[in-house]
Amino acid sequence: MHKITIYPGFDKDHNPENFDVLNLYPSKIYAIVGNTGSGKSRLLKDIEQLVNKDSISKRVVTINDQQIDIEQRFTFTNQMIAHLSQNMRFTLDITVDEFINLHKSCRKKDIPNSEVIHLANTITAEPIHSSMSLNLLSGGQSRALMIADIACICDSPIVLIDEIENAGIDKMKAMYALCKQDKIILIVTHDVHTALLANERIIMNNGSISMILAKNKAEETLCKQLGVAYQKQLDMQKRLRTGERCI
Amino acid sequence: MKQIVMLSGANACGKTAILNWLLPFMQKNNQKISICKFDCVDDSDCKTFQKFNIPVASGISHDICPDHFLVSNFIELYQWSKQKDSDYLFIETAGLCNRCSPATKNILSLYVIDSTCSTKAPSHMGPMLTKADSIILTKIDMISQAEKEIIYFNIQKENPNAKIFCVDSLSGYGIESIGRFILTKESVDDFDHDSLRHTMPSGVCSYCLGERRIGSAYQQGCVEKIAFQQEDTCIK
Repeated sequence: MHKITIYPGFDKDHNPENFDVLNLYPSKIYAIVGNTGSGKSRLLKDIEQLVNKDSISKRVVTINDQQIDIEQRFTFTNQMIAHLSQNMRFTLDITVDEFINLHKSCRKKDIPNSEVIHLANTITAEPIHSSMSLNLLSGGQSRALMIADIACICDSPIVLIDEIENAGIDKMKAMYALCKQDKIILIVTHDVHTALLANERIIMNNGSISMILAKNKAEETLCKQLGVAYQKQLDMQKRLRTGERCI
Repeated sequence: MKQIVMLSGANACGKTAILNWLLPFMQKNNQKISICKFDCVDDSDCKTFQKFNIPVASGISHDICPDHFLVSNFIELYQWSKQKDSDYLFIETAGLCNRCSPATKNILSLYVIDSTCSTKAPSHMGPMLTKADSIILTKIDMISQAEKEIIYFNIQKENPNAKIFCVDSLSGYGIESIGRFILTKESVDDFDHDSLRHTMPSGVCSYCLGERRIGSAYQQGCVEKIAFQQEDTCIK
């Protein structure tokens, strides 16, 4: 896996998109930003589907300059791409342990279940146990387990993330778990700090990619300050949740 | 006539929602289409298809098994869509009992599964799943990456040859791939000598003929009884 390439399609009014070709490389984080309805999730789905002019945007997405045959797309997608959607609930009627076992056997992966659960428990404050029923987990627990599962079991070279800051989990720990080296990470966000954690920003408008911006030095500094503020905020949130005064 | 495409699957799994996206896709690709919707009691779904300005037929099976009813009308339906000069005839089955599949060998059989169903469900689904050409997972936006992979894995165990598609029929995500799959399949226009992929349930019993009373005294024809074993074992 050495690159994803996006070729332009059209915006919601059928005007061509304003870029020639967009290459995404491993070990980089890309933030997708824009107003609601600007086409952020659609872009993620186009990448997930490896579209070839057959989605509403008419974009073309290739991997390593290869177009994936329609018959193989889904298998290919499953192996290469992990997608953390906005979804906050599991629907399966099994325990956490059974769930991890099942997913491990799909992926032919061999790691102890405790490792996955341990990672999830660093992301959320409410402890998850292996015997818990999957569909009774809270929003934060579900989200944390989904993230730990993608990090430990999927281990796909491309990770698509739709709004990581949902559900009151520790964003930095979640990002750290997902953004391992050598991966291409795309993250949809409305949060300034999260957007500045990325190396580049893809700005969406009216269904099209309107601009691609690299983070500059000043933004790098700002990102560090926001990081400090985020940690402060987490501490205050902790106090708030236990009935203490924030200050 | 290029092909007959049949969508089968349980009640409320999303067959009609898929067609609401798939039919306009076929029209945009300059294909002439017609549709027949099968149901047991009510045919109000048919009205949703009229907006596409295509020939719509409705098959209400009333007291008869909707699968048997479909097969009994299959050739007539084929003739009807030929008369309408259709390239593709779409058939939406009623929500069925999973015992059998009304698919014939020459049609394109798409089996629709609600992805929020149990992980164990695929092994309960019988020939509609195991003999389908393609399987469509709906409501895909409702489940996580891992759940998607688990269901996919379980389906592949039951039917390794089927192409599996994922759709979210609220936004229309994934429909294009199904449309392309249909359009790239070879044309088949020979259904007069076609046959079913799987046998229908055998026999006729008193209840098929309208009997209401229960108890062995009133049961004639093809009647089978459960062989009860130890209290803790499953009933076969």
